[in-house]
Amino acid sequence: MSVVPADVLPGSALAAEEPAANAAELGPRARLWPSLAAVYRAQLSRARVARIPLLFVATFQSIGIMILMRGVVDDGAEAQAVVAGSSVLVVAFVALNLLAQYFGQLRASGGLDHYATLPVPPAAVVLGAAGAYASFTVPGTVVTAVFGCVLFGLPLAHLWILVAVIPLAGAALAGLGAALGLLAPRPELATLLGQMGMSAALLLGVLPADRMPEVVRFTRDLLPSTYGVEAFARTFGPDPDWAFVLGDLAVCGAVGVVSLAVATWAYRRAAVR
Amino acid sequence: MSKRAAQAFRHDGDVVCAVRGLTKTYPAVRGRRGAPGTPEVRATDDVTLDIRRGEIFGLLGPNGAGKSTLVRQLTGLMRPDTGSVEILGHDIVRHPERAARILAYLGQESTALDELTVSLAAETTGRLRGLDVRRARAERDDVLDELGLASLAGRPLKKLSGGQRRLACFAAALVGERPLLVLDEPTTGMDPVARRAVWSAVDRRRAERGTTVLLVTHNVIEAETVLDRVAVLDRGRVIACDTPGGLKEQVAGEVRVDLVWRDAAPLHVPEVAALRDRVVEAGRRWTLRLGPEEARAVVATVTGGAAFAALDDFTLATPSLEDVYLALGGAARQGLVKA
Repeated sequence: MSVVPADVLPGSALAAEEPAANAAELGPRARLWPSLAAVYRAQLSRARVARIPLLFVATFQSIGIMILMRGVVDDGAEAQAVVAGSSVLVVAFVALNLLAQYFGQLRASGGLDHYATLPVPPAAVVLGAAGAYASFTVPGTVVTAVFGCVLFGLPLAHLWILVAVIPLAGAALAGLGAALGLLAPRPELATLLGQMGMSAALLLGVLPADRMPEVVRFTRDLLPSTYGVEAFARTFGPDPDWAFVLGDLAVCGAVGVVSLAVATWAYRRAAVR
Repeated sequence: MSKRAAQAFRHDGDVVCAVRGLTKTYPAVRGRRGAPGTPEVRATDDVTLDIRRGEIFGLLGPNGAGKSTLVRQLTGLMRPDTGSVEILGHDIVRHPERAARILAYLGQESTALDELTVSLAAETTGRLRGLDVRRARAERDDVLDELGLASLAGRPLKKLSGGQRRLACFAAALVGERPLLVLDEPTTGMDPVARRAVWSAVDRRRAERGTTVLLVTHNVIEAETVLDRVAVLDRGRVIACDTPGGLKEQVAGEVRVDLVWRDAAPLHVPEVAALRDRVVEAGRRWTLRLGPEEARAVVATVTGGAAFAALDDFTLATPSLEDVYLALGGAARQGLVKA
């Protein structure tokens, strides 16, 4: 998709694809970045109307889980895993589960027609929505992480890593959520897939890995949220190994690029039938 | 298609949208457990139309006639199996993405905008139509003022009534000017004030910029009052295409008599009983299509004598587009709205 506005191109550059000489001039294309910004802003404003599901539910869920786990795990590595897992769970709930539901419903109800009849690049619609959903997770993730650190007596020193964890895990999970929502043939299926993804992130992310059987651990390695959890958990140690942290975050970023590309393809496919 | 309309198509220069032989078939769905299968459906069947610059062209037909399927093919949302669509010189079948740069589409669904405020819905739509921020905001303000929506600008669409929400979606469709407006039942649920706002906004754009409008409707009264020309659709086929007046001339020899009985029809009156097999019955309402002489006789019968006691109301009317639809062999007895 070209990001150059059609109206700044000289006529001859378009001549190859412009057929009849008497054809009317086309309206301008919306360029990628401005339209992405417009979609992002519009999506973000939805938080005002749907505040409770988008901002609060996930946070309460994660805080509840940490309180439950307080009596079960010891204060060492397991506590770090629980706090990191609960924080990233907020991202999984909103970016994966809720975004899958949103796109599933939009597709089923014909709401995609609105975007499909505007000259907007598909990537702008998908990235704008994914970005907004990733942004919805910021307050919940931060609150959960701080609350968890206080609850389990973990150091707050490296919480800044959330600046990298939220966008990268957010990209990976939102991309996955958008792709699932746009590919699911029915909206109930999109909801189910989103829920299952979120449940997987809950079970495989929050529960400490070293107690799991080999097969489950392998599944855990396949889930993109795991790398966000690991990266975050490593920073609680006295002397974090930053190379591993970077490696985990790189996996999140790579999954994010691939899943958002798949979601963009899925959008094109869903928009014109 | 009527001869008159076909002749008018000859001068090509002013044709905004040319549709030729458009056909779309939905494949048969095999039945599964608990769900019966559906046979193959021709949603649009060899549709040929020309829409001229500056006119309000209507697609009229009952639900399921194929209006929305046809419109989806004209807006590039659906690929036809065969046939061609050319809008302002652009081949929309081969380049469906160009439709978004030529026309504005108001669909029946508002889910994409529901949780936005009226103002942001209009502004965002304008920006996605390629306007920069300043233009989008300026046009948004103009359109909201024009449609009397300024006082609702800060409210989310979800919290508005059905008619207000429809008007807000219409506003979004107008931001970022397009030479062709495709409106799928734009006035559904609107009160008379909102309807008037819609039609005067459309008229202003026609007068000032020569905007062309393709309107989908199943409302007969609206079709008669606002349309310049109308194509009547039935089961995916265009069964007539002309001006509303021209179409009505086809059934000019007939008058419609509506009789509403208080209770049941007084079948003991022989003159009433004789009419029985010629009426279309809907509850207490009888509808008859008769020659003027005969209609007068029927009215005389029911307004005098024994039948009058059983009569609640009656009307005598010149034919409407609904009568045209039925006279042309339209299959659905119900489904066109008169409101």
